[in-house]
Amino acid sequence: MALDELYKEVILDHYKTPRNKRGLPGAEVSCKKNNPLCGDEITIRAHLSDGRVQEIAFEGQGCSISQASASMLTEAVDGKSVTEAAALAEKFRGMMEGKVEPEEDVFGDLVALRGVVKYPVRIKCAVLAWDVLQEALAGATTSARH
Amino acid sequence: MTAIGGGMLDAERIRKDFPIFERTPHGKRLVYLDSANTSQKPRQVIDAVTDFYERHNANLYRAVYELAEEATARFEEARARLARFIGAPDPSCLVFNRGTTESVNLVAHGYGRKFLREGDEILLSDLEHHSNVVPWQFCAQATGAKLRFISLDEEGRLDLANLDGLITERTKVVAVTGQSNVIGTMPPIRRLADAAHAVGAVIVVDGAQLVPHNRVDVVELDIDFLTISGHKMLGPTASGGLYGKREVLDRMDPFLGGGEMIMEVHRDHSTFKDPPHRFEAGTMNIAQEIGLVAAIDYLEDIGMDSVRAHEKDLTRYAIDRLLDVGATVFGSHDAESRGGAVSFWFRDIHPHDMAQVLDQEGVCVRPGHHCAQILMRCLGVPATTRASFYVYNTQEDVDALIEALGKVEAFFGSR
Ligand SMILES: Cc1ncc(COP(=O)(O)O)c(C=O)c1O
Repeated sequence: MALDELYKEVILDHYKTPRNKRGLPGAEVSCKKNNPLCGDEITIRAHLSDGRVQEIAFEGQGCSISQASASMLTEAVDGKSVTEAAALAEKFRGMMEGKVEPEEDVFGDLVALRGVVKYPVRIKCAVLAWDVLQEALAGATTSARH
Repeated sequence: MTAIGGGMLDAERIRKDFPIFERTPHGKRLVYLDSANTSQKPRQVIDAVTDFYERHNANLYRAVYELAEEATARFEEARARLARFIGAPDPSCLVFNRGTTESVNLVAHGYGRKFLREGDEILLSDLEHHSNVVPWQFCAQATGAKLRFISLDEEGRLDLANLDGLITERTKVVAVTGQSNVIGTMPPIRRLADAAHAVGAVIVVDGAQLVPHNRVDVVELDIDFLTISGHKMLGPTASGGLYGKREVLDRMDPFLGGGEMIMEVHRDHSTFKDPPHRFEAGTMNIAQEIGLVAAIDYLEDIGMDSVRAHEKDLTRYAIDRLLDVGATVFGSHDAESRGGAVSFWFRDIHPHDMAQVLDQEGVCVRPGHHCAQILMRCLGVPATTRASFYVYNTQEDVDALIEALGKVEAFFGSR
């Protein structure tokens, strides 16, 4: 398999010029995780109001796959409701397990990460940001119930 | 390539003994720079394992027929051979098991849990592989002993300026690597052994990297325990074992319980065999240890001094070329005093991305923390890319790595 099927142009673009990579003071939700295997590290912060992601940003370090995935994530879930964002995270996970055929209009740039499925060690890198998002949102829903 | 410097070793010829080099990953020459992870195996070792299964296979000790006697004799010959290889005075000092991880666990359990008490100290170093950390954490939790760590200087060497403060009356175990699997540091083992013995402590040396690449004499070094990973020295996976001074092994508790390690079993208690059999429960890794004999023969044919000289030359060459292309090389740059595990960082390209591109060029390196997260924190990086060498590597392999780094750079560009 050729390398450029894994490292699609879009991925390298998100890696080299990440979107929404910054701090987010006063964010209602925030979560940080790392992948001990390779030291990838991602923090996601978001402003939520009325059950919607109003603004989302990430910080982190790691390989191109993990960082590009985080960058794409912030674009994909910005403006979505918490429920929609959680559903997208599930779909993304499904794509990484080879179970879900990605729909271009739902996934956008994220489709590019599909090539990672063929590289089992790298799947964790692609999924890390989504783990962080899911945990952040789960935190938001539990604290909302209080 | 003609051998460089040390001169006695013909790596191109050696390569031909290793069937794996007939593989051409992604259509490229296989450039295997991951021997610190596990080494490749020569035909001689593969044949020895096959020959055992085809002609002598039987379980040990338990039977009286000819095959079983042959298997037992070969297994015990293997013990004597490995003992001789590391200068052990007697084969009974050599316990067979799966290698370093199992050996450290054995010592931490059989010695540590038996003899350590609250207030005692176990001294490790910041270089250690997780297999020489985690078993000691278990031991500390079980006994109340405390872990301390020898820190490193800028060149990744142990900082022993305050040795008297590190090894004290409280110290009961000093457990250090003989050679770092990440940055090649080779701690002064004899000096540490003397300091440990002066306070009545034992020294445990993680020999996973030391033994495959150097001539080692446990008597000269005066070490109490040495771990050996056969799979890193041309031998089969799950071969190797633990050297222990016989008088220390004699005082230890068993590790795993089961068949073959016992004298008598009663409903309420059991009695145990003498070392080494006390520490060998159940069916052993028979074919693997017999295969390891062929690996030792192979290494001794080359000569361990030639092995070391060859790796020194390659390490020097690799460090020079990596520095030339602007890579950061961790640890000491002096090949004379370090082993051949060369970790580097290049153009801020993450090691995982780097290794993926290198793979396309047939170059096998290891990205990651190398089971040494404590050391990664000292180096201030989440991971490194590591190239490591053995008898079958050539300058051409280093050149292939450097050339492939050029492609990595072109691919990921600068950020
Ligand atoms: C320095 C060092 N110690 C311990 C180990 C663990 O050895 P093994 O996997 O053979 O038990 C390794 C290799 O992975 C190593 O390089």
